[in-house]
Amino acid sequence: MSASDPIAPPAADQRPGKAWRPFALTAPALILLVAVIGYPLLTIVLRSLSEPEWGLQNYAWFFGAPVNLTVLQRTFVISAWVTLVCVIAAYPYAYLMTAVGPRVRLVLVLCVLIPFWVSGVVRTLSWVILLQDSGVINSLLRGVGFSGVKLIRTQTGVVIGMAQVLLPFMILPLYSVMKGIDLRLMRAAQSLGARPSRAFLTVYLPLSLPGVYAGAIIVFILSLGFYITPALLGGPRSTMLSTLVQTQVLSLLQWGRGGAMGVVLLVTTFVLLALAAPVMRSRHREAGRH
Amino acid sequence: MNPVQASRGAAIDLEAISKAYGGFKALDGVSLRIEPGEFMTLLGPSGSGKTTTLNVIAGFTDVTSGKLLVGEKSVVGVPAHKRNIGVVFQHYALFPHMSVGRNVAYPLTLRGVDKATREARVARALDMVKMGDFAHRYPSELSGGQQQRVALARAIVFDPPLLLMDEPLGALDKKLREWLQLEIKRIHRELGTTFVYVTHDQEEALMLSDRIAVFNRGRIEQVGTGRQLYDEPATLFVGRFIGDSTVLRGEARSDGNSTALSIAGETVTAPRKLSGEASPVMLLRPEKLSLRRPGQSASGGNRLSGTIGEAIYLGSESKYEVKLADGSAAIVRSPLTGESFGLGDKVELCFDGSDATLLADDASADTTLT
Repeated sequence: MSASDPIAPPAADQRPGKAWRPFALTAPALILLVAVIGYPLLTIVLRSLSEPEWGLQNYAWFFGAPVNLTVLQRTFVISAWVTLVCVIAAYPYAYLMTAVGPRVRLVLVLCVLIPFWVSGVVRTLSWVILLQDSGVINSLLRGVGFSGVKLIRTQTGVVIGMAQVLLPFMILPLYSVMKGIDLRLMRAAQSLGARPSRAFLTVYLPLSLPGVYAGAIIVFILSLGFYITPALLGGPRSTMLSTLVQTQVLSLLQWGRGGAMGVVLLVTTFVLLALAAPVMRSRHREAGRH
Repeated sequence: MNPVQASRGAAIDLEAISKAYGGFKALDGVSLRIEPGEFMTLLGPSGSGKTTTLNVIAGFTDVTSGKLLVGEKSVVGVPAHKRNIGVVFQHYALFPHMSVGRNVAYPLTLRGVDKATREARVARALDMVKMGDFAHRYPSELSGGQQQRVALARAIVFDPPLLLMDEPLGALDKKLREWLQLEIKRIHRELGTTFVYVTHDQEEALMLSDRIAVFNRGRIEQVGTGRQLYDEPATLFVGRFIGDSTVLRGEARSDGNSTALSIAGETVTAPRKLSGEASPVMLLRPEKLSLRRPGQSASGGNRLSGTIGEAIYLGSESKYEVKLADGSAAIVRSPLTGESFGLGDKVELCFDGSDATLLADDASADTTLT
């Protein structure tokens, strides 16, 4: 009986050397990642080097045309502006989410998520209506004496639209970090002689920075590859790299050039992240929980 | 201790302080004078108003009415960051993104102290709490006791005339707590600062304090030294909260200068009378009670018959819980040299009437303790 005792755990489970088992569970996700990201990425790199023939001619073309470099630079500048606008808009909002009661918080979360569930195209089109020369915002501005402010087909319009679409990606990581900050630390800072503003700058702000960094990275990277919003809200002077890729690939069937642009964007992003990493890796310890 | 340091503490005057939250009175006319350099403990069960009082002094909570003077100056309406009062919290409240050294330097940086002076004072404060070697560590790398010592250093480094502590040892285990109590006592002696300490632990209060203010339901029941509170409790609540006690209730009769209680057919007397109309109860400390076997001859005094309900061996002495005829329980401590009793033994509880404290009965004293 004892040999097949159903209560005794199977001996195999207790043997060392089965550490791969948890990884087996992630296999489906890993396979999917390799299939939908790794393989296409590899194809793009290969095509950029092989079409129409093997060589670096696609990269030579990219760096040889000043317009490409202008668009690349503009892509980073617009993304930086979008990130900045998102940080400024999201910070007080996320803080408010930590400060209110559960009901109001639910409303605030829904306000973030509902637009998020609406298609980006629809939201961008609604911005077209708002921002156009005869649109709501312009008529309001005319009402207070600013006439002929150009919003649509400008960089400003693109930044406004993109920031609105990407705001949830800033608010949510910020909120998750802020809700872990012990507000009693602010009281401690005040007892030690800090004005509320000083307590915020020396205690709350540094503790919330990991959330700012996390949100900023997500927003910045998503901005770099944004297509719909700049295409609909922007004009020729606010073209971003994704639009250029689209033209090369779909209109001109230049897969090699499109691939080269994608690779340049990817590499530049990695370089920027590598440069930013030491700043973000400052000595932030576990936010004051116990 | 040099006299200059000894006089550095600030006096605190609370005059008829009330604090209401909606209809609930967290503080109901609290008046208390704390002398310069005194170690005053605010003792009471949770929700009794002791922490609210501390928050009022610190400036975290404003008062509904009343006067508050720190160092003879009114501080009502002065924000917390301008009061120059050190506060130690139960949850340590160290800044997790700053090293121990920067945490302790924080109040000095705010006050614009130059770097050299700052470093010297941080080192001195950390040495005082025996954390001098930890300046470069981060709070998350320290144990609870170490974190609280750093928090203490941070609260004294700017030489505040007053230090407030809100159950600072509440989250620590017993051994560490006892050791830190001695440390806090030593630091109080060395600094000469006024200390106001909040706790719900009466042993801690007795061990640390010059005087203790016992809080109950938003009021102060009694202020006094530990000995005064133990020997001469002013109310039944204080008598029950400080130390072990036995409360005898019965049909009371007062004549001349003595009071007699009739408890389930037996009568005990005390040579005192309670003024006022309230019905009297007798409160007895465990060491004033003794046990005898029934029928054993004994010199005069009061006797009540009972049964041993619980016998606890405590090392140097034994503690007995005796069930009395009316169903109530008495707590007796007796040295091991005397006779020992077992569970269920019939005994007689004896005491001298002059050792009984007569107090006005207060049914709420029982409920607020549990």
